[in-house]
Amino acid sequence: MRIACPYCGDRDQGEFVYLGDATVQRPDPAGQDAALAFQDYVYLRENPAGWHREYWYHEHGCRSWLVVERNTVTHEIRSASLCRPVQMPGTMQTDSDTEAEAGQ
Amino acid sequence: MRYSALQILKQGLTGNKGWKPVWREPDPKPEYDIVIVGGGGHGLATAYYLAQEFQQANIAVIEKGWLGSGNIGRNTTIVRSNYLLPGNLPFYEFSLKLWEGLEQELNYNLMMSQRGVLNLYHSDAQRDAYARRGNAMRLEGVDAELLDVDQVRKLYPNLNHANARFPIHGGLLQRRGGTARHDAVAWGYARAADQKGVDIIQNCEVTGFLIESGKIAGIETSRGTIRATKIGVAVAGSTSRVMEKAELRLPIESHVLQAFVTEGIKPALPGVITYGAGHFYISQSDKGGLVFGGDLDGYNSYAQRGNLATVEHVVEAGVSMLPMIGRARMLRSWGGVMDMTMDGSPIIDKTPIDGLFLNCGWCYGGFKATPASGYCFAHLIARNQPHEAAIAYRLDRYETGHVIDEAGHGAQPNLH
Repeated sequence: MRIACPYCGDRDQGEFVYLGDATVQRPDPAGQDAALAFQDYVYLRENPAGWHREYWYHEHGCRSWLVVERNTVTHEIRSASLCRPVQMPGTMQTDSDTEAEAGQ
Repeated sequence: MRYSALQILKQGLTGNKGWKPVWREPDPKPEYDIVIVGGGGHGLATAYYLAQEFQQANIAVIEKGWLGSGNIGRNTTIVRSNYLLPGNLPFYEFSLKLWEGLEQELNYNLMMSQRGVLNLYHSDAQRDAYARRGNAMRLEGVDAELLDVDQVRKLYPNLNHANARFPIHGGLLQRRGGTARHDAVAWGYARAADQKGVDIIQNCEVTGFLIESGKIAGIETSRGTIRATKIGVAVAGSTSRVMEKAELRLPIESHVLQAFVTEGIKPALPGVITYGAGHFYISQSDKGGLVFGGDLDGYNSYAQRGNLATVEHVVEAGVSMLPMIGRARMLRSWGGVMDMTMDGSPIIDKTPIDGLFLNCGWCYGGFKATPASGYCFAHLIARNQPHEAAIAYRLDRYETGHVIDEAGHGAQPNLH
């Protein structure tokens, strides 16, 4: 597999480290059902056969975290984009967050 | 037909015309008492023990492809019980004890060979870890011997003992461990289950579950509706895909694991060896081929094939442990889809749907577990309560915090 890193271009998979599912969202630790929500976030996965959004870290390159769309049945990769700062649930959105997102 | 030396002689003298098909190929009936989804090692073993040990009748095994087409035919055939944690050790030892009598029980040649499994260590810290593991095993009544470097050299003179970076200091040996012919395990269980009246239905894919007021009532398949009040699912790498039809989200990722075999060579490795300085395990088949494997490819995959980067990584580890294999030609490599759990340990439990039972999460240790997995799953289905050897393999352990993390890697399935 080759991953098209937005900074470095088409690079061999061996330069990257895999983290896993990029669709899970870290829940609000102060929320009412935080324990159950964290169980869901840490352990439970869709594990689809087909297109999968997943995190890859370009360790032996630009050291960016990427979100890659890859097919788990054919290993085809259709997109790779840089991770953006995520708005945490229960936190106020600040002006600097908005600018960072706009900058991407 | 009972297999024996006399039978071989008799058939040989009469032109081998009397051999019968090993199992029937029945059409599915509209209703069974128990349906097992998945015709691999674990599913077939479950059906066999349900009929043999728990006196259940009217059982079917449903298989999407052909019998034994998944991981039972794709593994590196190693059988052992050298685990550390209390939740795992009694289960795998129970499994090894079943393995020891399995050929006689099934009347089938599984080529079970207790040739010993040796885990090499390369540092003081690793020796301490293996001494601890060996002690844990012996406390459970499992055999374990801590060997020093001279004892290892005597057993395996051709290892890279003087590796400058990772010299071999010794190893933990389980003499009762070994290998078994993987396909024959599926065939043996299938034949024995069939003789007990179990219907084995191949090329029959589950397309949905019939659930009536929170209870299981049957399954929809590519060959029609089959009603049953008890259904056990043992589908390894396809677990998430099948259980999604019952709207269950599980602590599982499917990953691809590759295995390899070289051309046949003269006897060189009397037993199974695992490398302590890299993830690599190897044995020699009775045909002479070196059978080996290593790490997962490391990303979610349902492809049953891996990438070249992992081939290179595994072979590098192999050559650093056993330089002589650099001259052997690799014949084949293949991949299997592993149901990797978040703590690296399996699940044998009820589901929130009454009558629907789940057996999954074998990561890449499922082959050695086949007999005990089938036995404990059959116990759960027949008696509606877990077998004592599998009591820790609960589905809700991630919620309660009772995870069984043998490797200590946390909720990162590709590292287990």
